Amino acid sequence: METLLEQIEHGKLWQFPGGIHPPEQKSVSNQASIGRIPLPDYLVLPLKQHIGANGQLLVNKGDSVLKGQALTRPGANWSLPVHAPTSGVISDIKPMPSAHPSALPELSIVLTPDGEDSWCELCPVSDYTQLDNQALIDIIHHAGIAGMGGAGFPTYVKADSAKHKPVEFLVVNGVECEPYITADDLLMREHAEQIVQGIEIMQHLLSPEYVLVGIETNKPEAIQAMTAAAAHNSKILIRGLPVKYPSGGEKQLIQVLTSKEVPSGGIPADVGVLVQNVGTLFAVSEAVCKGKPLIERVVTVTGNTIQTPQNVWALLGTEIKHLLTCQGFEPVAEQRVIMGGPMMGFTLPTVRIPVVKTTNCILAPDNQELAVAGSEQACIRCSACADACPQTLLPQQLQWFAKGKEYDKLEEHNLFDCIECGACAYVCPSEIPLVQYYRVAKAEIREQKLEKVKAERAKERFEARKERLEREQEERQNRHKRSARSSTRSAEQSDKVSAAMERVKQKKDSQSAVQAAIERAKAKKAADGTLEPDNSEVALERAKRKEKARQYKAEKDAQAAPEMHAGGEGSRKDAVAAAIARAKAKKAAQQNDATDSSAVTAEDPRKAAVAAAIARAKAKKAAQQDDQPAQQQSDEADSDPRKAAVAAAIARAKAKKAAKETEQSTDAEPAETSAEPEDPRKAAVAAAIARAKAKKAAKEAEQQADSESAGTDAEPEDPRKAAVAAAIARAKAKKAAKETEQSTDAEPAETSAEPEDPRKAAVAAAIARAKAKKAAKEAEQQTDAEPAETSAEPEDPRKAAVAAAIARAKAKKAAKEAEQQTDAEPAETSAEPEDPRKAAVAAAITRAKAKKAAKEAEQQTDAEPVDALQSTHEAPLSAEEKRQAAIKAAVARAKAKKQAAAEDQEGNDPS
Amino acid sequence: MKLTMASSPHNHSHKTLSRLMLTVIAACIPGILLQSYFFGPGTLFQLLLALLTVSATEAAMMKLRNRPVWPILSDGSAWLTAVLLAVSIPPLAPWWVTVIGCVFAIAIVKQLYGGLGFNLFNPAMAAYVLLLISFPVQMTSWTPITEIQATPLSAFDQLTLIFTEQTLSGVPLAEARQVIDGTTSATPLDHVKTAVSQNLTVSEATDNVAFGDYAGQGWQWVNLAYLLGGLYLLKTKVINWHIPVAFIVTLAVCSGIGYVVSPATQAGTLFHLLSGATMLGAFFIATDPVSASTTNRGRLIYGALIGLLVYLIRHFGGYPDAVAFAVLIMNMAVPLIDYYTQPRTYGHGASS
Amino acid sequence: MTLFYALIAIGALALAFGLILGYAAVKYRVESNPIVDQVDAILPQTQCGQCGYPGCRPYAEAIANGDDVNKCPPGGEATVKKLADLMGVEAKPLAGGEEAEPIKKVAYIREDECIGCTKCIQACPVDAIVGATRQMHTVIADECTGCDLCVDPCPVDCIDMIPVAQTVQTWKWQIDAIPVKQID
Repeated sequence: METLLEQIEHGKLWQFPGGIHPPEQKSVSNQASIGRIPLPDYLVLPLKQHIGANGQLLVNKGDSVLKGQALTRPGANWSLPVHAPTSGVISDIKPMPSAHPSALPELSIVLTPDGEDSWCELCPVSDYTQLDNQALIDIIHHAGIAGMGGAGFPTYVKADSAKHKPVEFLVVNGVECEPYITADDLLMREHAEQIVQGIEIMQHLLSPEYVLVGIETNKPEAIQAMTAAAAHNSKILIRGLPVKYPSGGEKQLIQVLTSKEVPSGGIPADVGVLVQNVGTLFAVSEAVCKGKPLIERVVTVTGNTIQTPQNVWALLGTEIKHLLTCQGFEPVAEQRVIMGGPMMGFTLPTVRIPVVKTTNCILAPDNQELAVAGSEQACIRCSACADACPQTLLPQQLQWFAKGKEYDKLEEHNLFDCIECGACAYVCPSEIPLVQYYRVAKAEIREQKLEKVKAERAKERFEARKERLEREQEERQNRHKRSARSSTRSAEQSDKVSAAMERVKQKKDSQSAVQAAIERAKAKKAADGTLEPDNSEVALERAKRKEKARQYKAEKDAQAAPEMHAGGEGSRKDAVAAAIARAKAKKAAQQNDATDSSAVTAEDPRKAAVAAAIARAKAKKAAQQDDQPAQQQSDEADSDPRKAAVAAAIARAKAKKAAKETEQSTDAEPAETSAEPEDPRKAAVAAAIARAKAKKAAKEAEQQADSESAGTDAEPEDPRKAAVAAAIARAKAKKAAKETEQSTDAEPAETSAEPEDPRKAAVAAAIARAKAKKAAKEAEQQTDAEPAETSAEPEDPRKAAVAAAIARAKAKKAAKEAEQQTDAEPAETSAEPEDPRKAAVAAAITRAKAKKAAKEAEQQTDAEPVDALQSTHEAPLSAEEKRQAAIKAAVARAKAKKQAAAEDQEGNDPS
Repeated sequence: MKLTMASSPHNHSHKTLSRLMLTVIAACIPGILLQSYFFGPGTLFQLLLALLTVSATEAAMMKLRNRPVWPILSDGSAWLTAVLLAVSIPPLAPWWVTVIGCVFAIAIVKQLYGGLGFNLFNPAMAAYVLLLISFPVQMTSWTPITEIQATPLSAFDQLTLIFTEQTLSGVPLAEARQVIDGTTSATPLDHVKTAVSQNLTVSEATDNVAFGDYAGQGWQWVNLAYLLGGLYLLKTKVINWHIPVAFIVTLAVCSGIGYVVSPATQAGTLFHLLSGATMLGAFFIATDPVSASTTNRGRLIYGALIGLLVYLIRHFGGYPDAVAFAVLIMNMAVPLIDYYTQPRTYGHGASS
Repeated sequence: MTLFYALIAIGALALAFGLILGYAAVKYRVESNPIVDQVDAILPQTQCGQCGYPGCRPYAEAIANGDDVNKCPPGGEATVKKLADLMGVEAKPLAGGEEAEPIKKVAYIREDECIGCTKCIQACPVDAIVGATRQMHTVIADECTGCDLCVDPCPVDCIDMIPVAQTVQTWKWQIDAIPVKQID
């Protein structure tokens, strides 16, 4: 019995199961020698052209670079550099479509050649045997060499693997089993010496028992050239392999040459084998002996639509379009351009995709030579696919599971051992795109696994947080008990208070700069107005989504019980009319509003900000209110949902327009604010409050609308009166809301004006907030009690609508008047509630809230910023101090950055 | 310029489903020709009738399921079912037997399970068994070969027999099927079985005008023709060798042992191999991909068990031939066989 | 007499099988997760509260006690189906008419608008927001479950839910869906 080594020495070859014999089509492109093409107008170099991480950019836009100059610096995680393929100027650095089946954009460097093609300084090694392994590996690493057979695995990592496990066989892959591709064939014919030199460098690094060079017997010239070049080295064995696809697959080649099988999920090194492509070895030889980094490669340009199919030296980054044009490209209908071979290559969505390190072939077939796939038919379980599978999988079973999304079963049937060679789909009589099914399933499984990990982490964090909250609660209770017991409480506390006040003062001083920065940033944002519409867009989107869901529900309801809705055709029309009227009234009101406020704010920047915020809030409210009636309509649109939808859309559009109008006017105002930064802090606070109010108002409006729609179906009698009454009621509610708003507005302003007594200020602020809330609630309750709604009326709908609109407009005017009044006399107006009982309740609530707020304020002022930080994320991280420290550092960094930005801003700001 | 996107591989072997099915049908032709040469053109009439019926049934089912008719019909699988059923039915069976069989095969066995690829059982054989159980008289009385027919039947006679159950001149079906020596015709397998049950030896039973050198007159040649078609299928790689080889070898071994043990009551190996539907079953019926095992080891087991069942039923069972029953029984065992015969995937388990 | 023997035989058989079954039940007992854990493992752990329970675990407990399985919008139809399979009930469409395939989102704080109120930090169920009082906050995108809970409490509306962008790594081979942006 011969040992494995002896068998290999004697030239024994093994078989792998399955495999197919597609038409080879190699002679199309292997007749001419490797050509050179003119420099393209520009080169696109993706930072990532291999498996692993990006390098770090070394150049900036506008830099001039020399040929061979490194553009990125490799870091950890298998990252590789990219080099300038020719001399020129970096014209841009931006995401460009990548050489990936998805063509999703990836960060790329755009290089405009200067035509000089002048090299940077190269440092070739005259005798690599003098270098130690690490130096050689560094050369390979910094030359940016990745596996050029297709996968793009960093070569230096492979070369380094001998450290961990001895390499018994170095397998050189010159099989090139894919039809059409002849890049390796031609390279072996023309540059056999350099390839052998590359092999010897790897031999020097890895010292394997034997080097096995696998070349399919359909490349006799290549075999001859390689045999001649390797004649001096008895350790290099050239093997002609029987032609069968996919014998060039890494696993299959290892099996054929050594009879070994790479374990599932493992790498060839696990069985003492290392595989290198001939192109890679050529690049290694160039890098070591000539000092040239990887900047070009052989690409086969072939297919029936190419006039001169041939292999060419293509600079990395050359667009496919340039390659095709140089070789003469005559596209046909439904043209496909494939990067790679016909079995495993992928079609390109555009020809403006660059050649990367793994691009071995550009195939532009017509529809006769490679027929477009027919329609998928039923699987007849003929298992021709299983017979063709080189991995002995059961493709047909996998396909059933993939279609049924049975991912557990797929893994059980070793889906992840599939090499996606396409043999199964090639033989399938039903033309099922099997590989596509597997790819989708694989991607899905990978994502699910990631998600699982993420869910697990989320759960951990959630539980840690819950624990922390419970602990805090307990601590708080303990503290309470303790403080109740202590007798010297009052004295201590007063001490504490004064100390706290001191601290707060200091803190305020230090923070004023930050706040000023925030304020300025805000002013700037408002001025250029880019972020604002962005915001509204998102909000609108969210609202739309929710509305859609609601509409869907409403439709379903309508289908289920059309008789539920009292109103028929008439009431729907009413609703539409009412909505339009309302929208118009609102728009008018807002316009007045906006102009009013802008007039007022001309002198006082602070007031201006407040007014602007109010205006924005109104706009938002209006938008939402209009949305609401629209929804109402759809509720009622049992007979003709389409019309209702159209009407709703119109109403919404109008609301949007109104919102934009007010926004524009508000946009103008903050600009003024920034002109007078006398009291930036106050302004910031005011702005924040204003925004908070805006939100509240929006919510109120929503609630109102909700209650309105609730009232809709309830009362169909005497609609006109009811409508007027409703409008009045609403107006009152609004007035009340605004009153409180105004008063709260005034108070916080005061608060910030008196920094001597922070505690009082906090209390006041809390009271103000509470009042605002109370008002909101009152308004809500009132609207709840509202008897009817215009849209429900069956008779005389138009008049009613008009009346309602007028009433509403009046109400608004009244509200505004009241507003102005309350500005003058805040005490009086706030004492004006209509319902004494409610007021009493509200007052009680306010008091309670004020208390709580005061306490909170105290705690806040007590706590130093660092403390606060700790309390924020102590919980999930407390176990791992390291991580906590890291996050703290991150926050600190963020702060520093913000501060820097603020300073920057200050510097930039002329005033 | 808009580029077309597609998933790899971008090439195909051009062996499509319909080509596969039509190849199988073509491989049946020598058998069909010999069959109609020996037993009269009745087989051809049955074939035509079956083809029409399955086409109509399939089209109707597709309409009911709201699917396009032509793409499904043109895959040829229904026509193959028609061919297999038509050659299994006695040439002079009444027309409604064929029609019922075809409708049952397509509508119930195939489409109700979800169409091509989803049927658990071989449609042709399921229909054959249905007919055999429901209409035993019509299904078991085979026509004698033309040379020994008591009343010579013209092609037109056969046609009218199929549709009216009597010839133009009024000869009823039973009489038309009589052999010259006055006995009614049965298949050679049936004949031997009856003889053995009457305590005759096999050699006495086969000493009859209806028997040739190895098996029944005509039957042996028909079987050889199907063998030829089967070899063609193997050569064109439409079917794998596993099932037919396992089937034939097992049947040969079993019948050989039986003959050695009891030559008087057991027919010889050649008789088994060249009688009934042995070759048709081995190459055309058991190899139906949809209902057969899908792994290579599974196919060996599947084929061997069919062979064993055929022998056991022929010898010990109540029915003279057994291919249909054996295939249906093994169809039921396929999921189990497949589950336990999954091949070892590359890189899994022990290897050098 | 025959009757007597028959009774004895059947009794003995019943006893024997009973013993065998009892032994098998003890010997081959499969330790299975309590149903709550199994349900919890299926839920997406966004802790978003859209089901009406404060977190995934409480909802898991509710499901185990017979609540509907269709209240988890972030999980989408897939989760509903899995839960229905596990609980042996019929899968219903998601409550609230949400889409079947939820779009994955993460929160994003517009940092120049953040006033540092810590409200979102308090709202975040997985502590994925960092920041301190009066300091701007930021979201740790990797830890964010996209639960939406921080959006409402924000007094200045500076938090957006941004759909997670697709990358080459997360692309799922939707070949037909590649936007063709041909220049010429």
